[in-house]
Amino acid sequence: MARFMDSFKGNVRGFGMIFALLALIVFFQWQTGGNVLTPSNAMNIIINNSHVLIMTMGMLMVIVIGHIDLSVGSVAATVGIVVALATAEWELHWALAVLLGIALGFLIGSWQGFWLAQVGIPGFITTLAGMMFFRGLNQYIGHSKTIPVPEEIQKMGSGYLPEWGPNTGMNNSTLLLGIVAILALVFLEFRKRARLTRINADVPPLYASLLKLVLFGVVIGYLVQLFGTGRPGTSFPIPGVILVVLAIIYTFVTTRTTIGRHVYAVGGNKAAAALSGVNTKGTYFFVMLNMSVLASLAGIPFIGRMRASGPADGLNWELDVIAAVFIGGAAVSGGVGTVMGSIIGGMVMAVLNNGLQLMSIGAASQQMIKGLVLLAAVAFDVYNKTQGRPSITGWLTRKKGAPSDGASGGAITQVGPVDPSKPTEIA
Amino acid sequence: MSDNHVVLEMKHITKVFPGVRALDDVNLQVRAGEIHAICGENGAGKSTLMKVLSGVYPHGTFEGELVFQGESVEFKDIKASEAAGIAIIHQELALIPELSIMENIFLGNEPKSGIGIDWLEARRRSMDLMARVGLQESPDTAIKNIGVGKQQLVEIAKALSKDVKLLILDEPTSALNEDDSEDLLNLLRGLKSKGMTCIMISHKLNEIEEIADTITIIRDGKTVETLSVKAGEIDQDRIIRGMVGRSMDARYPDHTPQIGEVFFEVKNWTVEHPQVPGRMVCKGSEFNVRRGEIVGFAGLMGAGRTELARSIFGRSYGKFVAGQIYKDGKLIELTSVRKAIESGVAYLSEDRKSLGLNLLDSVMQTIVSAGLRKISTRTVIDEIEEYKAAEGYRKSLRIKVNDVYRNINTLSGGNQQKAVLAKWLFTEPDVLILDEPTRGIDVGAKYEIYGLIQKLADQGKGVVVISSELPELLGICDRIYTIFEGRITGDVSRGVATQENLMRLMTTPTSAAV
Repeated sequence: MARFMDSFKGNVRGFGMIFALLALIVFFQWQTGGNVLTPSNAMNIIINNSHVLIMTMGMLMVIVIGHIDLSVGSVAATVGIVVALATAEWELHWALAVLLGIALGFLIGSWQGFWLAQVGIPGFITTLAGMMFFRGLNQYIGHSKTIPVPEEIQKMGSGYLPEWGPNTGMNNSTLLLGIVAILALVFLEFRKRARLTRINADVPPLYASLLKLVLFGVVIGYLVQLFGTGRPGTSFPIPGVILVVLAIIYTFVTTRTTIGRHVYAVGGNKAAAALSGVNTKGTYFFVMLNMSVLASLAGIPFIGRMRASGPADGLNWELDVIAAVFIGGAAVSGGVGTVMGSIIGGMVMAVLNNGLQLMSIGAASQQMIKGLVLLAAVAFDVYNKTQGRPSITGWLTRKKGAPSDGASGGAITQVGPVDPSKPTEIA
Repeated sequence: MSDNHVVLEMKHITKVFPGVRALDDVNLQVRAGEIHAICGENGAGKSTLMKVLSGVYPHGTFEGELVFQGESVEFKDIKASEAAGIAIIHQELALIPELSIMENIFLGNEPKSGIGIDWLEARRRSMDLMARVGLQESPDTAIKNIGVGKQQLVEIAKALSKDVKLLILDEPTSALNEDDSEDLLNLLRGLKSKGMTCIMISHKLNEIEEIADTITIIRDGKTVETLSVKAGEIDQDRIIRGMVGRSMDARYPDHTPQIGEVFFEVKNWTVEHPQVPGRMVCKGSEFNVRRGEIVGFAGLMGAGRTELARSIFGRSYGKFVAGQIYKDGKLIELTSVRKAIESGVAYLSEDRKSLGLNLLDSVMQTIVSAGLRKISTRTVIDEIEEYKAAEGYRKSLRIKVNDVYRNINTLSGGNQQKAVLAKWLFTEPDVLILDEPTRGIDVGAKYEIYGLIQKLADQGKGVVVISSELPELLGICDRIYTIFEGRITGDVSRGVATQENLMRLMTTPTSAAV
């Protein structure tokens, strides 16, 4: 179990957030007399928030490289209107329209990536400009009208998996998903044990693995039961499936590929990354490109759920997404954060929204509570880091001209030209 | 100089940082109207002493007494020392690039009329001050639009605006070209003739010899001696002897080098400063490395050692102007860091924390970070290979950590350095450039690093060691190049290298025979 806990090291807030999420669910479940964990409400949470959760994965990487993307809502809206027009007016097949939308995401992402990576304009400015421009473009293309989308796209946003096969008392597609998930977890866990044995590393005791699997099995079993036993015709929702697939892909990309490693390297110490052969410009470009592609992947199910694309789609999405990533354990100074943490951060916001609505708390109070939650989550992180770990506050105070050198700085050892932009320091 | 009374006396100054005695019972006497030079090796304590004097380290954080103009003074910050008439001009200029010359001169000290700033008065006085320092520019010119030499003059004008009695200049000419340096020295002579007292820290012994009246030498945080130029006691050799005169301990592992043929050559290497057009940080440098050879680079701060190394390593510093690199007789173009790594060149940076490490990484991630290609297929990292590689280096370099999953910032400096060395060894380089490989690590770890360097050389690699510590270079290098102001001034083999002849080559512009 110690090793299991170990795997969360360096992401205290992300880990804490799992408990916060569970506590929130339990609290609202109690307060609303059990209305949170009903099949239809659970489905609602997924359907209503999948677009934010999808974008957190891209935003996580943007924040890890030390930037921010304010344009995601506007980009999603622009993609949405183009997809809607493509089907409604240009009479494109819906699948082609979706591909066109994703291609547009690529194009927009290249644009943003160009300004950040090649020209060196900070992401905040690049995407603030993008936020204005693409909001305008959405309304210019769509003449500020609302344009309906076909049924297939509606399904991407609020549809369910098909029902088939024998009567098992629940939705068979959901059941199958759950079984596949459990088998995959068992396979991965035992493969990991086999690999650890092969390299003579410490293998955690068998009971720990089994305990972990049983725990996850119970959770998945519960979710299957929750999503599979709604009213007939419902299941784990399609946007949820899109979300899960993307989450698996992005967890893999960020933890197991060289590009993922480069993203964290550039965010943790750009100069050191550059001196290790990392293409920092290429990494910036990729991250911005990826963000806009994910914004398009979030925008398409969203217009499906709304059954139409309109001029006010995606308004303030960037704020929800950014909040989710920070609640999920990312650091403002960059270099820190995980995909799973960000999704959990997004779920905290989602459950908070949902629970407060179920409790009939007004929109004004909801906003205030969400603001305080974000502040509390980041305050927790800052507190943690002032306990001796690098943090945003340390980084800010260090620049204050005063001799930060203490024992090891310019006083005793002299420092050479550490940064091409700085003249040589004092001997 | 009619009045030769002592204007400043620093008595028994001791300043201790955690674990280090930066200044140990230092005494300094400065007479009115003289130019007093302070000399010492890198890290001898010169800057610390000036920080004590100027109130950067407030009264109470050090032991000893300051007597200025006959009175004992206790400065609690820089403002207090400025009020007493002491101004310090740091090597790293403290001007605001976007503001004008006039605004900079009076920054924080603006002439007031009522509640507003009296810009008319400021203009009149800045014209006057600029004339005094010989700065021919409009007072409205922005600082960023004038060269470093003129910026230095603005700093002096700023100091003069505060009715300064003692002017401290820390390496005033290190960022200047030769003409600007000469102008600055002339200005100092002019100020002196009008009764100004100056303290000047400099590495450039030729300048000191030319301009100073008195020289105090500091070594390892202690005052060694004070020499008077007037009495004719001084030549550069005499200063050098004072600066390096410490004993050399047997702190280096025995090693019999197995040196092969030349396989790495750099020719006519010329690089321009990234911000200052026309200022060359490497001026036609040429050097070579043989297989199995440990080559040292000696030079004082700002001589251009790191600039040379980094510009070779994938042009990661400055603007490439000219030069060729040959490896195994073939011309290679290292236009990016990645190309340099792929061509078998590695560079271990001098500043571990800001250039060598991502402190958020684990030991394992650090070790593989420059060689991810070797453990990945189509960008997917093989976790087993990653672990094996990191664990292999943990054992072979004896990195003290329980397992390679630990965060790198939990390690001691010496072990962090071993991890960074492992990172570069993992790229399987033929030429390793190690920039200050033992800085900030303890003696035991140093010994181990020296052993590793020798082992690498025995494997037929060429190792280049850049170091500020001459004893270190003398202890481990088979051959030592000296650099002065971007130019290679000497190529000294192990047998004949001494601290004295190296220091002479490091402080003189022309190449001297050894």
